[in-house]
Amino acid sequence: MRLLEYQAKQLFAEYGIKIPKGVTSKNIEQGRKDAKEIGFPFVIKAQVPVGGRGKVGAIQKCNNADEFELKYSQILEMTVKGEKTRAILLEKMAEYKKELYLSLFLNRGKRCYTIIASSEGGVEIESVKNQVIREIGFGNVEKSVTEEVAKAIGLKDNTINEFVDLVQKLSKLTIEKETELAEINPVAVLNDGSLLALDGKIITDDNASFRHQELVKFQERSELEEKAEKSGFTLVELDGNIAVVGNGAGLVMSTLDMLADNGGKAACFLDVGGGATTESVYEALTLVSKMNKVKGILVNLYGGIVKTTTVASAFIKAYDEKLIDLPVFARLMGAESDKAKEMLKNTKTKLFDSVEAAINAAVIGIRK
Amino acid sequence: MNNIFELLQGRQGDPDYKKKPVIVQGITGKFGSLHTRLMMDYGTNIVAGVTPGKGGQKFEEIPIYNTAKEAAKATGAKISILFVPAKFFLGAAVDALEAGIKLLVAIPEHVPVRDTMTVLELAKKNDAIMIGPNTPGIMIPEVIKIGIMPASSFRAGDVAVLSKSGTLMYEVSHNLTEAGFGQCITLGIGGDPINGTTLIDAFDMVKDYPDLRGIVIVGEIGGDAEETLAQHVIDSNFEKPIVAYVAGRAAPKEKRMGHAGAIVYGNYGSAESKVSMFNKANIPVAKRPAEVPMLLAGKF
Repeated sequence: MRLLEYQAKQLFAEYGIKIPKGVTSKNIEQGRKDAKEIGFPFVIKAQVPVGGRGKVGAIQKCNNADEFELKYSQILEMTVKGEKTRAILLEKMAEYKKELYLSLFLNRGKRCYTIIASSEGGVEIESVKNQVIREIGFGNVEKSVTEEVAKAIGLKDNTINEFVDLVQKLSKLTIEKETELAEINPVAVLNDGSLLALDGKIITDDNASFRHQELVKFQERSELEEKAEKSGFTLVELDGNIAVVGNGAGLVMSTLDMLADNGGKAACFLDVGGGATTESVYEALTLVSKMNKVKGILVNLYGGIVKTTTVASAFIKAYDEKLIDLPVFARLMGAESDKAKEMLKNTKTKLFDSVEAAINAAVIGIRK
Repeated sequence: MNNIFELLQGRQGDPDYKKKPVIVQGITGKFGSLHTRLMMDYGTNIVAGVTPGKGGQKFEEIPIYNTAKEAAKATGAKISILFVPAKFFLGAAVDALEAGIKLLVAIPEHVPVRDTMTVLELAKKNDAIMIGPNTPGIMIPEVIKIGIMPASSFRAGDVAVLSKSGTLMYEVSHNLTEAGFGQCITLGIGGDPINGTTLIDAFDMVKDYPDLRGIVIVGEIGGDAEETLAQHVIDSNFEKPIVAYVAGRAAPKEKRMGHAGAIVYGNYGSAESKVSMFNKANIPVAKRPAEVPMLLAGKF
């Protein structure tokens, strides 16, 4: 789960990491009260689970009430990289002399955590220069390693101790909350040498959420995502008009690629999952049927654990109950595919021997 | 490191050559029991099951034990396949490794990363191999199947298939089989962010196998396992043909595509990055699974 900035900062505060004074609201009435509470000037920050907010004006300085009325509404309505603003954080501005970069990150290739720090923070990680990177096992950073990193990024005097203290707190958070990424970018070095977390990005391990009831309050899932999780399938909404359905994440991704290569646009990625049942696939088709943009369904199944007949039964049920009236282009392979093909013979499902043929037919078919 | 072929089939002359004993942890669950039967149908020598609380009972004539320690002691098995729910993975895997298991095949999906890392550390200490979690398993076609893959996709032969994805491993192997390329080993490393056996580990396990004719790598977006493997191939001067396939070129960034590990951040984990590194290593990358056998044939 990717936490929003204000949620990440809530965790920072719990671990004693210093953050600027800030308040979060979801409507302008509450926003006005918040504005009074912290007083002008302050920064208005859109709470969205993506980076690059500054560049698109989703973070703006606000000096007075007139500006506030205008900018609050504008930022609340904003969509950044396809993500709608979830809430607005009003935050007191700090005076500082320098911006650092700091993160503890699960490095998949090295199969351990790494600490990344730089004296040049405030830009996206890809652009952060002079990165100092150290491997830190399970996330617990030795004091000596942190001191060495602090010196390597040019910190001096009391800021070294401040940095060691900050890293220890972030490391505790990483371990206890089972994060994949805990990033503070930028860390502000204040005039007295102390450190302040100006932004926060935390990604937690979804698979560990059963041990973290305390994080559930941060979860903002769409109805779609919730249903998908309950039924054991994965659905990712995309921009196009052909719903892509298959079993296995790799196979569905591969189908998306081939569809794109042939000029088609996927409306969604739907992996029915290894434990798919007729009911769960039917549930998934219900969600697909509610997406108005969908003009056709492309099915690519390699039956193994999941029998192709299981999926075929769900389609037949969907036709019988008039849940879907869309053309379906299907390629069925593997377990019980002959039987599944027989079942679908007199339906709106067109069957193909190869996925390439099914894709071609789908791309042409929906244009008619 | 243990030789994977020896672990899986033993040496010629061994009394249990090509009949290596295997334990199933979670044998009485819905998934575990279904696949135990399928593995037995394939000829895998399942000798014991483990389900805490059901010790002393039997599953299709196979004795069930409460712990892997008891099961391993009674049977001498060095291989275990794990079907327990993700929440119980840590306990079951530690039990297996402490029981002296040398090859642990971890099927469950949704295992917390921290648990995988903990088990991996213990496996290294005990000189054991963990495949997975979230793996379809490993097999030597027509000899032994330790996993959930559909048997019909595979034929004995001399090509190794190393895959991140389960269904794509079946799809690609099926295409190879149809084209006359059988497989000497097929291994799914799993779709999780942290794998017990990485693509590089898997490559090193198979690269010196005398009968090996070529390797097929099935990758997908997320992480940098494909990139580091490509560099490793360059560094090791491996001369036999390798062909790759990478799924996820059309996937949007910062969206998890089904597998916990299948996510692109910036350029990190992107298909372009993987394809360009494979190209650098002189490894052709198929545009679609059906192209893999053609590219491989072109390399012979």
